Amino acid sequence: MNAFPILSLIVWLPALGALGVLALPRANLQAQRAVAMGAALLALAAAILLVVLFDRNQAGFQFVESFAWVPSWGISYTVSVDGISLWLVALTAFLTPIALAASHGAIERQERAFLALVLMLASGMTGVFVAQDMLLFYVFFEFTLVPTALLIGIWGGAGRRQAAIKFFVYTFAGSVFLLPGIIGLHLLHRQATGVATFDIATILASLQLGAFQLDPAAERLLFGLFFIGFAVKAPIWPFHTWMTTAHAEAPSSGAIDIAGLILKIGAYGLIRFNVQLFPAAAAWAAPAIGVLAVISIVYAAWVAYQQTDMKRLLAYASVSHLGFIVLGMFALNAQGIAGAVAHMVNSALTTGALFLVVGMLAARRDSRDLRAFGGMWKATPVLGSLTLILVLGAIGLPGLNGFASEFALLQGAWRSPGIGWRYTLLAVLGVALAAVYLLHMYRATFMGEVPPDLAQTPDVRPRELVLLTTMATVVVVLGLYPALLFGPMQQSVTQIAQGTLQYLASR
Amino acid sequence: MTEITIPPIDWRVATQLCIIFGWASVLLIIALFVPRSRIRVVGYLAIAGLVVAAGAGIPFWGGSAETFGGMLRLDTYSMMLNWLFLAAAAVVIAYSLNYLPKHGIEHGEYYVLVLFATAGMMLLAQGGDLIVLFLGLELLSLTLYVLTGFAYPRETSEESGMKYLLTGAFAGGFIVFGIALIYGATGSLNLAAIGDTLARAALAAEDRTYLYAGAALIVTGFGYKIAMAPFHMWAPDVYEGAPTPVAAFLSVGSKAAGFAALVRFLVEAMGSQWPVWAPALATLAIATLLLGNIGALIQNNVKRMLAYSSVGHAGYMLLGVLAAGAPGGMAGQRGVEAVLLYLLAYMLTNLGAFGVLIALEQRGELTWDINQFAGLWARRPLLASAMAICLLSLAGVPPTAGFWGKFYVFTAAWQAGFGWLTIIGILTAAIAAFYYVRIVVQMFTAEPSRETPAETDPALRAGLVIAIAGILVLGFMPAPAIDLVQRSVLATVGGQ
Repeated sequence: MNAFPILSLIVWLPALGALGVLALPRANLQAQRAVAMGAALLALAAAILLVVLFDRNQAGFQFVESFAWVPSWGISYTVSVDGISLWLVALTAFLTPIALAASHGAIERQERAFLALVLMLASGMTGVFVAQDMLLFYVFFEFTLVPTALLIGIWGGAGRRQAAIKFFVYTFAGSVFLLPGIIGLHLLHRQATGVATFDIATILASLQLGAFQLDPAAERLLFGLFFIGFAVKAPIWPFHTWMTTAHAEAPSSGAIDIAGLILKIGAYGLIRFNVQLFPAAAAWAAPAIGVLAVISIVYAAWVAYQQTDMKRLLAYASVSHLGFIVLGMFALNAQGIAGAVAHMVNSALTTGALFLVVGMLAARRDSRDLRAFGGMWKATPVLGSLTLILVLGAIGLPGLNGFASEFALLQGAWRSPGIGWRYTLLAVLGVALAAVYLLHMYRATFMGEVPPDLAQTPDVRPRELVLLTTMATVVVVLGLYPALLFGPMQQSVTQIAQGTLQYLASR
Repeated sequence: MTEITIPPIDWRVATQLCIIFGWASVLLIIALFVPRSRIRVVGYLAIAGLVVAAGAGIPFWGGSAETFGGMLRLDTYSMMLNWLFLAAAAVVIAYSLNYLPKHGIEHGEYYVLVLFATAGMMLLAQGGDLIVLFLGLELLSLTLYVLTGFAYPRETSEESGMKYLLTGAFAGGFIVFGIALIYGATGSLNLAAIGDTLARAALAAEDRTYLYAGAALIVTGFGYKIAMAPFHMWAPDVYEGAPTPVAAFLSVGSKAAGFAALVRFLVEAMGSQWPVWAPALATLAIATLLLGNIGALIQNNVKRMLAYSSVGHAGYMLLGVLAAGAPGGMAGQRGVEAVLLYLLAYMLTNLGAFGVLIALEQRGELTWDINQFAGLWARRPLLASAMAICLLSLAGVPPTAGFWGKFYVFTAAWQAGFGWLTIIGILTAAIAAFYYVRIVVQMFTAEPSRETPAETDPALRAGLVIAIAGILVLGFMPAPAIDLVQRSVLATVGGQ
């Protein structure tokens, strides 16, 4: 037990900020922005403190806060972090101020509501990563839908309404399957042990001690229910269509893309529930999921190459990255899982930064079409060089952030009995394709002859420079020193991997 | 000739009923002497009566008693439901205070009829005897026929009154015939006595046929009241035509009363026959879930959409009813709780949604087209937010009341061995998300197609605030409400 509720602070500060913003008069835009940014920065400061205080030698949950929510049902407000959620919490806290800053000046109407919704979304996202009570997790998980759908629907592009409805219905339809999964797990656990609880740590302990044993059919059914929910959210092929529409129609500035869409809450759920709680079913399903992952990687990469809308291109890139993450995760060994978690962070950072770049380009030309650009390097050399770093980071160039995580997860996949080298070889094809589509985008926008009407395009403004250099710095630092990322998660990842190893050994 | 002894009457059991019946009769006379221009006073007095009746129940909470030879019961289950009915009636009257003069249909009888309907609902919740259940149903129905047709200058209102009368008469007929058959089979009209007879020994084959036929007829009759498929066809037309506050009353009060009686009948009288009726009711539940939610999908009229959605919600509550009959104490009790919590959440939510409809409604305008909601957020941000919260609660998105209702119902159904039914419930919930969110998106993102002025008055605002606050409080802090429903047990369920 930790006396100081640091996690609750990180979760609820943005929500408080949202209420503060709404309480301010409509006309006072400066104060609204200051309050929003202040709340987000305070949450970021708390998150940095969290990372510093985190005990990396401990595998279990830390900073536990718990109090009863619905005592008669064993539902509690339990939040804590382990090595896996730690970085995702930090990432969310890092991206929120960036999203707010990216939107400045790009929102034409109702900015107050925009700021409040972004902050509420941040609270929901952080809540997903820290909730260790299944029902609390579900509440946060579903809650994130509402602000995201409204943000796309109100401030998005021409097809925003259809995109918002599609986003909501598609992901809601997927994630409601979590509910019977959660209920089933709760009831079976209560039948076996007599303890009514939704606490993940308690159920995990019962499973590991053998007090609670699932028969294979029930385990696979529950695994399937959770998998549907998270696979749609992740998204894994063939459930990815909502994602590309949402990215394409989200406001051009990129704020929503990084605040609500690139955070890997679906993939996180797969680790937290499917892999951690049902190791036997995970090993059983790994080959099939491997197929889906490889298809995601290669298919999305190929489709990304065909896109002319840069946001769509990045959306497919994101789907392709998710394929890698899922592949590493279902390698079910320490390397694969660690690589997957690190890649969740890295992919969100690079893709998110590239969404910002697209937003900046779009603001200069009023178009996101690749063919409308060319030779921008000459007009905007600073933007061009920063973008190059980010593109190379996304491709996985050694020395930048994407490399270490991609390497680790592919190595894990290769050595895994469930996935194996055949899948991994196909996945490597995806690495090559990533270089193809991203460099294609870079060439089309920044290289070549500059069209006359673009020659006078202004280079980065101070605000944009700060945003991109912050992102690029993190990309470089994590690339040069990946242990920073991998160190704290090691113990937790090893523990999860041990669960599956035990099962595989006992078979 | 033996002397007929009348057992002493325990008036405590009937306190709330007496207050409402008495006050309604008094108001009927008072209304005669109130000048037309100030007839609204009757509404305020009616609300006062409802509040007094609700308060009068507090001392009796927790106990379980019966009187009139077991015809009338008061257990925590019926007390909880009584409070729901009284609250719903109060909100509906508050909604009506300005609605009626605006549409030129203000008469004192309106409020009196609402009180009588409420008394009918309370009879349905408290009845321990088939005859009392029938009495309650008829009282409720007769008043509602008048209320649905109350906006008589409008043809649709008259039409809806007529439609409701025809289907309601059929439902009443089914129930009477069912009662006769069950009496023939078991020789009793008292629910507990029927339950005892059935639990003690198997009936002769012929009597069993009568029993099942009778039970089927009774379920059909109540099926009309709760808008269970395939007996739901009246709902969209009647909702659309009835004055909007009355539609709200129909969708929450009369549905809740139907469920109250259905649960009592199926659990108390037919509990031992659960293996027989459960599969049949499961089939009906599936049909209700599918027809309601798919029907709502294609509606462009928001009032009709809400009607179909209320059919869908009846399906979720039927899952709870199924669980309520399950043997083995625990699962059955969970089912009853689930029905009650779902009813509470659904009541708050639907009252809120209809309140917004009332605010948007203009005299002489008969469209509740989805386009009326376009851009509502830009014009009336609070009203749009209120509607959005209601719609999300109907869809079951956390953290709202509707989510906890669904969660409870699914848990109860799974526990009673209907895990597969929860999957169907999940699928239809996914379908439902579409038509609810469509309106949310319409309100928040579309440009207004034309100006629809929205008017709210203090009473309407008060009703809306109660509903929205209820949805959010129940959503964020469900523990007190869950505790309350867990203490609301059917007297016999606890005793079995």
